[in-house]
Amino acid sequence: MFSFINYRLGLFLAIRQVRRASLWTNALIVVVMTLTFLNLVVVSGILVGLIQGAVDAVRVEYTSDIFISTLKGKTYIENSPAVIAVLDKEPRIEAFSPRYLQSAMLEADYKIQHKDTEILNTVSASVAGIDPIAENKISGLSNILVEGSYLAPGDFDQILLGSYLTKKYFPIESAVFNTLENVSAGTKIRLTINGNVREVTVKGITKSKVDETNMRVYMDASQLRNLIGRGDYNVNEIAIKLKPGVDPVALRDALIAQGIGQMARVQTFTDAEPKFIKDMIMTFAILGNIFSSLGLVVAAITIFIVIFINAITRRKFIGILKGIGISGHAIELSYIFQSIFYAIVGSALGLVIVYGLMVPYLNANPIDFPFSDGILVAPISSSLLRLSLLVLSTIIAGYLPARMIVRKNTLDSILGRN
Amino acid sequence: MIEVKNLKRSFQDGEVVTTVLKGIDLRVETGEFIAIMGRSGAGKSTLMYQMSLLDEPNSGEIHIDDNDVHNWSLEEKTKFRLEKLGYVFQDYALIPDLTALENVAVPFLMRGMKKKNAYQVATEALARVGLGEHLNQLPSQLSGGEQQRASIARAIAHRPNILFADEPTANLDNESSRMIMDIFVKLHNEGQTIIMVTHEEPYGKLAQKIIRLDDGKIIKIEKN
Repeated sequence: MFSFINYRLGLFLAIRQVRRASLWTNALIVVVMTLTFLNLVVVSGILVGLIQGAVDAVRVEYTSDIFISTLKGKTYIENSPAVIAVLDKEPRIEAFSPRYLQSAMLEADYKIQHKDTEILNTVSASVAGIDPIAENKISGLSNILVEGSYLAPGDFDQILLGSYLTKKYFPIESAVFNTLENVSAGTKIRLTINGNVREVTVKGITKSKVDETNMRVYMDASQLRNLIGRGDYNVNEIAIKLKPGVDPVALRDALIAQGIGQMARVQTFTDAEPKFIKDMIMTFAILGNIFSSLGLVVAAITIFIVIFINAITRRKFIGILKGIGISGHAIELSYIFQSIFYAIVGSALGLVIVYGLMVPYLNANPIDFPFSDGILVAPISSSLLRLSLLVLSTIIAGYLPARMIVRKNTLDSILGRN
Repeated sequence: MIEVKNLKRSFQDGEVVTTVLKGIDLRVETGEFIAIMGRSGAGKSTLMYQMSLLDEPNSGEIHIDDNDVHNWSLEEKTKFRLEKLGYVFQDYALIPDLTALENVAVPFLMRGMKKKNAYQVATEALARVGLGEHLNQLPSQLSGGEQQRASIARAIAHRPNILFADEPTANLDNESSRMIMDIFVKLHNEGQTIIMVTHEEPYGKLAQKIIRLDDGKIIKIEKN
């Protein structure tokens, strides 16, 4: 089978068969192969992209590139001013935002007289004290406001409310998960922290793809410090944004080497991903592989049917070629070459669609999933691997039907006998 | 030279066995022009398929140029057909995706000849049958007579030891048929061995011998 003459003649026959086939037939087969390739790449790519969108959202709106948080068993980052001093001098850092965190109770409708049996309109939440300008550079909080306006430095008794804390934006009925009713921008609510009560105004409501952000209350750090009486400037977390091109792992290691690891937990955004995200990445990767495998089987069956129909309708001519002395292997190779041609052209078109249209479009216009801005994740290496698998399965799927027809009795093929 | 001895061929359809050839003995000398004739179902095409190695007899012997070809493998027979035999089929049997030139050149490519040389030989063969102006036309762009001439060009281009023709004029008008038969006569005059199946008496009479078949047996051999 693997003689040069068979390859050369197989290629000769394949080129002419493809070139002189109907344009519509060729187009149909190429479109089928393109759709098959897209099925292989896009289905799993969207699944992974769904999670990647969630991961990206956590990075953009919460942890940033490096996330410094409290050590286990500690209530804050010890000697935070020293840590911040190190960060201030680090040239690879573009911006960072220290955050104070404190548990609080929020109450709305507190001016209304309630009966003893009535449940109060309250919710527990974590209040983050931030420098509004620094925080906005990190997490772009001002961009995710669904109503109201963003905090200004020194805003007195003003807060931003996460959307999950309001029934208006998170309308669920749950015995364990409360939300505030009748709250919108401009509403006054009561904030209770460590027994200190203050009336604050909801300046804005944030809505994010990140649960942590949706469940927080934001207020100016100086106001929060006053409220909780913390004068040591020890913060609970610091989100650090790096300059473009800086390797987070390298900087994490450098910060740990400078002793920050003794005072706080220093993580890259990947380290800091919540476990459920990591589990979901794993789960969706498995699902993606399952779908890809099924797609590959479908592709193989599709090309098998296409080549089988092609070969069966040309059975007479296959018989004639054998009759005049053409090797069956050369004829089989001609069908394999055709299969490869259709697979490569279809896949190439698929690559153009994926990388020329879909990836840029979905990056600019992510799919609005409930917990993620879904993008299409299609690493070129993974796409090329899928292309290779597609071509391989196509070779097999193209060879088998050709072999079936070529093996038939020569004279029966010529005369159209069964 | 081709010789067949006690050649038998039967076909089975379920439990029904139909014997088409019932023991044929025949010898065709090199350079002879033989016409096999008989009524429909007499077994003439079946006999030609056995002699031309396109089919396997149930029993009997076939010797071509002192080769016991009935004992050969399928691969050996395919190679022999490529190098030593030529075929002209009733319905021309050209490959529709290939031009006249490519149809004639394909067997040469299979024999390992360079494309340029194969096209040169194919061009000469097509010119011999009067198709020098139709080299790059697809079969669908040729008339029936032109297609049959292209088929003859493919069959004779490699100067086969034996040229087999199965009802070569059956689908052609009178003028085209006469043109095809003129080519056969000319080839024969040049020394080509030809075995032709036909049911048309005037064309059979152009051969040196007519083998008349009936019910799977040779009933008469006529010399013209």
